Amino acid sequence: MINDADLLVNDAHWAFGTGFEDPLAGVDTTVPEGVDAAGLARCCLMLGDDALVLSQRLSEWCSRAPDLEEDIALSNIALDLLGQARLLLARAAAADPSLVPVLPEDSPVPAEDALAFFRDAGQFRNVVLAELPNGDFAETVTRLLLFSTWRLEVFEQLVTHADTVLAAVAAKGRKELSYHRDFSARWFVTLARGTEESRRRVLTAVDALWPWWSALDVPAEVDVVLEQVFAAARVERPEVPPAEDGGREGGHTAALTDLLADMQSVARAHPRGLW
Amino acid sequence: MTVLTKTGEGAAALASELARAREVAETVVDPELPMLTLADLGVLRDVALTDGTVVVDITPTYSGCPAMATMRDDLVHALHREGFADVRVRVALSPAWTSDWISERGRAALTEAGISPPGPARREGPVLLALKPARRAIRCPLCASADVELTSEFGSTACKALYRCRACLEPFDHVKEI
Repeated sequence: MINDADLLVNDAHWAFGTGFEDPLAGVDTTVPEGVDAAGLARCCLMLGDDALVLSQRLSEWCSRAPDLEEDIALSNIALDLLGQARLLLARAAAADPSLVPVLPEDSPVPAEDALAFFRDAGQFRNVVLAELPNGDFAETVTRLLLFSTWRLEVFEQLVTHADTVLAAVAAKGRKELSYHRDFSARWFVTLARGTEESRRRVLTAVDALWPWWSALDVPAEVDVVLEQVFAAARVERPEVPPAEDGGREGGHTAALTDLLADMQSVARAHPRGLW
Repeated sequence: MTVLTKTGEGAAALASELARAREVAETVVDPELPMLTLADLGVLRDVALTDGTVVVDITPTYSGCPAMATMRDDLVHALHREGFADVRVRVALSPAWTSDWISERGRAALTEAGISPPGPARREGPVLLALKPARRAIRCPLCASADVELTSEFGSTACKALYRCRACLEPFDHVKEI
């Protein structure tokens, strides 16, 4: 007879171990003096949710992208965003533990996972732009261009944040985001100046996304970069009234509910992390 | 158990234990690039000995690097095997990892394994928009031809780009500059 103890000689049998991993293990998460802990947590939650939700959307492309290289690229970008989301949600939880949903006492699920998998749509703080369905490849690329240009600029500003954890996450993330932005900007220009059909799809995507994009309060520097990309693509930015984006207060579209149902079902069925 | 103090023999024993712990940690290899040690990759940031506990600091190459848990487990197992009972692995987020930290030995090992090592990373400062793919002065790690083309900025892992050599027609990975 073989005992469990004999089988599990060590965690190295498993590709990534059997335990839950704290992305901030050993990091000093004391909130610095002068920083409002609840405000910091809210900020990390917004940025973390933006990344988590778009990461989930992008990973829907896995095995479905137009070709292998783009499939791998979109999955890699999704993975970068997931990594940023884990750090930011863990940071939010450490700064303000009251944000974290309460799980059964013996649950080993860490705070970042409790935030990701055990909140309902109304508790998510991402912008609607991140949750919209992917649409076609042109729409995915256009959304990623807008999102990563904006996020890169936000991270550039956060590098000097008084909270050293958030500043470190931003300093790391900006390098990743520059690849995401350049990837999507190149595809945006390529499709816009490609065939009649690819251009039509880009223009349709811009029109569909623009109300959600213009609803956002983005730093002026973002426009400077987008202007360059749109000029190279010979695409005009539409003049449309902004949509009402209540995402930061928990007001979402039905698309987020569907996304979460997909993403959260396994974790919710097994809140103790056992099956 | 010997109580080590910071004077005389105790201090010498402590220093030699620390050196041994460091040596063990420096032998652990990257799970995705096993031709490289974590030290050669620049992921191993520090090894310290505090009150009998070995404290190892590692830093992720990319925020979403899924290999961090394996690296941690591998470090703990390697140190346990060499008799260090108490081991703690901490994440060091700052300063952010840069491909410039890959050692000369690491670069040679990458090339040997058919992976093109990174060039110098971009210095800090605003990240300028690049509408054309990065032009890197790199050579095919298999035939050394400089006639190579970028297939994708995203490769088999987050830290690599995909290239193809026009001379020998082989595809190869390039570790990206970040």
